[in-house]
Amino acid sequence: MNTEGDLLHVVTADNISDQRRRFGQSIVWGSAALMLFVAALQTADQNGLVGIGFETWRPTLYAYILWAICLCAGQVIARGEHGKRTLFVLPATLFVVSMVVFPLLFGLVIAFSDWNLASPNGRQFNGWENVRQMWTDPFYWNAMRNMVWYSLAIIVEYAIAFGLALLLNAQIKGRKFFRVAFLLPLMLSPVAVSWMIGKSMLENRFGPIARMLREMGVDNPSFFSSPEIARLMIMLMDAWTYIPFMMIMILAGLQAIPKELHEAAEVDGASAWTRFWEVTFPLMLPVSITAILIRIIFKLKLADIIINVTSGGPGGATDSVTSFIFREYRDRSNVGYGTMLAMFYLVVIVIAMTILIKAADRWMRPRY
Amino acid sequence: MTDQIFHDSDADRTFRAKRFSGRFFIYGILILWAIVALFPIYWTITTSFKMAPDVMKGNIIPYWDYTPKWLGWRSLGLSPDTIGNESTVRAEFLKRFWNSAIIAVSASVLAVGLGSCAAYGLSRFNYKFGFMRNSDISFFFLSQLILPPVVLALPFLVLYKALGMLDTRVGLILLYALTVLPIVIWIMRDQFGSIPSELEEAALVDGLSIWGAFLTIILPIALPGMVAAFILSLVLTWNEYFFAALLTSSHAKTLPVMVASQTGSQGISWWSMAALSFAAILPLVIIGIALERYIIKGMAAGAVK
Repeated sequence: MNTEGDLLHVVTADNISDQRRRFGQSIVWGSAALMLFVAALQTADQNGLVGIGFETWRPTLYAYILWAICLCAGQVIARGEHGKRTLFVLPATLFVVSMVVFPLLFGLVIAFSDWNLASPNGRQFNGWENVRQMWTDPFYWNAMRNMVWYSLAIIVEYAIAFGLALLLNAQIKGRKFFRVAFLLPLMLSPVAVSWMIGKSMLENRFGPIARMLREMGVDNPSFFSSPEIARLMIMLMDAWTYIPFMMIMILAGLQAIPKELHEAAEVDGASAWTRFWEVTFPLMLPVSITAILIRIIFKLKLADIIINVTSGGPGGATDSVTSFIFREYRDRSNVGYGTMLAMFYLVVIVIAMTILIKAADRWMRPRY
Repeated sequence: MTDQIFHDSDADRTFRAKRFSGRFFIYGILILWAIVALFPIYWTITTSFKMAPDVMKGNIIPYWDYTPKWLGWRSLGLSPDTIGNESTVRAEFLKRFWNSAIIAVSASVLAVGLGSCAAYGLSRFNYKFGFMRNSDISFFFLSQLILPPVVLALPFLVLYKALGMLDTRVGLILLYALTVLPIVIWIMRDQFGSIPSELEEAALVDGLSIWGAFLTIILPIALPGMVAAFILSLVLTWNEYFFAALLTSSHAKTLPVMVASQTGSQGISWWSMAALSFAAILPLVIIGIALERYIIKGMAAGAVK
């Protein structure tokens, strides 16, 4: 996308009077002052300096919303046409900043405190205590290790998705039916999937899969009692839901490859196998990397299935970081420790993803 | 009948056989995977019509090895004979269903609205917010995708508690809109990038304001992309469980939370769980079948540049 100059130039000449500009600026600063005043008043009230007795922090929220609206309106009033252009991005930016940056900063404060929501003591600042506890928490590190396993499963998912996409891209009849059928698992909610597959189809006594295995001579099929098999089952269920996602991205990439390339390779006498490895696969590399990166991002959020099927068991063998923190909060309602775990997880993710993206970039560049 | 003069050579015949076996192989795998993808759904539908002995015996095909009964649907209050009666389970189910619908639709509308505007702005103008330039702003939006929900969950729990927004629909709508916003921006940036800016130039010269041009000329053209983004958001928000489980308790509880809370308590009465699960996934199955085109379009948008 271009970065030099606007694609569209301002063609209206708006003459903004000084009075209008001053009015625009004054509503922005006025509402900002009001917001600060309300916030200060509430803080004072919270600390018992003044006795108004606010029940919630809503007044501050309303003052913030008012300020946000005034900021947007002020742009147009004070800057005319240029303000209208800013107005395209400003609401989304304000929304994301207030919903992400502010809670993250707030989260940093929580992370360094001992805060049990159930206890009446409220928040107690406890410095590095949470970090020390995290460092020696075997279940947390176990969950981290599981995340590595879960992420490695993406390689297999990718291979299957690529195969299916190739088949769907071939000359077949009933392509629409197959496409819809393959897409459907993605539409289902993980919670429903965890009942449909995890709790009923994989049930040890009456589930169809256990029955089938018994027919095939497995004595006592059980899916969630040994750590390795339980982890594998979680991987399979997650793969079942998300393979369509990768498949569709890869399919879109395959359809964008010009037919002539294949024809040329065929005329040159390349076998189907060589054609795939020498033409299709290299051309699909950028799409594949995008698909895999996005899939990793989704995988890092994996929790619903684990919470509902195994709730981390047996012995934490299937825990993902998210499900572990979820249980940590549910069991002990300690917000401080949970937030610290999550923050550390975020740092690890950001570092890992940056390295991955840089590596993918470097790996792809010499080819083009 | 005269003898055929021209014959396929032997080489051609082996080719045809090879081709035939290749076809066979392809369709075999396709059908196999279709079964893998569809069987759990089929299993859920059929189980919702079973009775206890059918479940224990592992009957699978209705009318052939068992007779369908309305047992599961009766427990939900949705079978033909109970649909007219009062039913607390049904009232509960409909309430959750309605919550899910409102939250998913409003969050998607909010995300598509905010995201389309932002994506349009980013594809047309150069911004400078302090040190942030266009590419930085785009990166800022897209980087939200990496943020795992668990990082925001606990701070939001505390914040919402302080704001009195725990267990409200608005709270969930805002959070869900936030989680799908990067995806919407990604899809829509692609959409607007492919629309030539000459269109707006003409409109601007003819005297429309920039917002007028955006609303009356560009949006109709970008509508298919918006629908794709909307459907994708709808799917993600309808299925969301993690935030809903943490932030709601009674009033704003969504359908996935209800399904999850039932799983433990039902034991072997699979028929009612199956009915509930199936009712929960039905809207999206329908959307998936009817609007498959848009979903694929939406997901493909980012893949191919």
